[in-house]
Amino acid sequence: MMPHIETVDITKEYDGLRALDHVRVRAELGQVTSIVGVNGAGKTTLLRILAGLDTPNSGKVLVQGHGVTPDQLRVHSTMVFPRNVMFGTSVYENVAYGLRINRNSNHDIPAKVTSALALVNLDGFEKRKARKLSSGEQRRVAIARALALERDVMLFDEPTANLDPANAMIIERAIKGSVRSRAILLSTHNLSQARRLSDRMIHLYRGRAVEEAEPSSFFSNPSSEATKLFIDGELQY
Amino acid sequence: MRAVDLILSGDPEILSITALSLSISGLGTLLSCVWSIPISAGLALRNFRGKRITKSLFNALIGIPTVALGLFLYLLLSRSGPLGYFQLLYTPWAIMIGQSILVTPIVVSFSTSALESVDPDLRSLARTLGASDLQTYEVIIKEGIWGVTLAVIAAFNRAFAELGVAMMLGGNIRNVTRVLTTAIALETSRGDIALSVALTLILLAITMSLSVVVNLIRRSGP
Repeated sequence: MMPHIETVDITKEYDGLRALDHVRVRAELGQVTSIVGVNGAGKTTLLRILAGLDTPNSGKVLVQGHGVTPDQLRVHSTMVFPRNVMFGTSVYENVAYGLRINRNSNHDIPAKVTSALALVNLDGFEKRKARKLSSGEQRRVAIARALALERDVMLFDEPTANLDPANAMIIERAIKGSVRSRAILLSTHNLSQARRLSDRMIHLYRGRAVEEAEPSSFFSNPSSEATKLFIDGELQY
Repeated sequence: MRAVDLILSGDPEILSITALSLSISGLGTLLSCVWSIPISAGLALRNFRGKRITKSLFNALIGIPTVALGLFLYLLLSRSGPLGYFQLLYTPWAIMIGQSILVTPIVVSFSTSALESVDPDLRSLARTLGASDLQTYEVIIKEGIWGVTLAVIAAFNRAFAELGVAMMLGGNIRNVTRVLTTAIALETSRGDIALSVALTLILLAITMSLSVVVNLIRRSGP
């Protein structure tokens, strides 16, 4: 089966430091692919390239087997950041913004916003000021804002970092519930979350994809030494 | 006390000088915004060679002496100058143009700082939601709008309170180019201190109240 989105030998350097080193990853529609790894492993860099926010020094990104530019990638994908970033407007306007600039009809926007907010249990929050919400609620607005766009590639960078279990559970449910027609890539260093959500797991270590497997074999029979140490919590940065 | 009476009595000359000052400085500031805000957006949001030097230059020009600028523009606009053909010298237009140039470094420098202080992740956010370059700039400018507004107010205050450009390019002609600052200078030299004080009180009240109002509105913002 052809992956929906894949990277081919992506390399990215910042100021001479190699953040990604010939990385090949792929994600299929209807599946959650987790990118796991310690801080600084290159997870965010990889997601930013897949979101069309950064350009690799070499290598390419394919969608349905065709090479795409960062501008074209932004038509396919959207990304949720680990830090809450809200527009200084209402919750409704935050979610409606992407729909509006992507030329959804004004008639459809209210229903799409309401349904996206319902996915993250924020019914009735439309008129609240987004920046006045709690951290967990803001993250849920960010998830709703991304889901409302109905892009075929969803990128979640540490979607539940620093959140309490109740908010994390709502977000995990929304991610799992939205995967049907999408390829979802999520970065996390929370291995139990990756196990719960993923259909495939990729371990990034020092900018290289050192392991790629289904969760069961990822945990029971990892092929790389770095992954074994990572699972045991003994991997050095 | 006579100064206050002059203000409260609604003296027509004081009212006309105040109205002329407000319109010249207001239009001069708005004219400057036409080029200064796009320049500051470019400086804040784009990377190019020489960006740091350009920003430093605008910062340095904030303190340009008004008489120096006034003299330079006088030479340009005077009958024998390169722009003498337009016969702008000693008209309200000359003061307006002079003030628009005078406040350009203020609008550019302060607006650039305001736009640069907007959370850079907002830019990434807008792009991941499908915003074009122009729509991304719109997001950043909307977010930094209060900083830009304060820059424009500061610029207006500078134009409204300056003397050199208004005196050298306007000539302080009664009912034509006499603005608050030139009128204050004139009345002081004539010895009409009460009228000078009345005009100064108006000048101070307008400049201070504008900043206070903007700050109050800002606090009730997002």
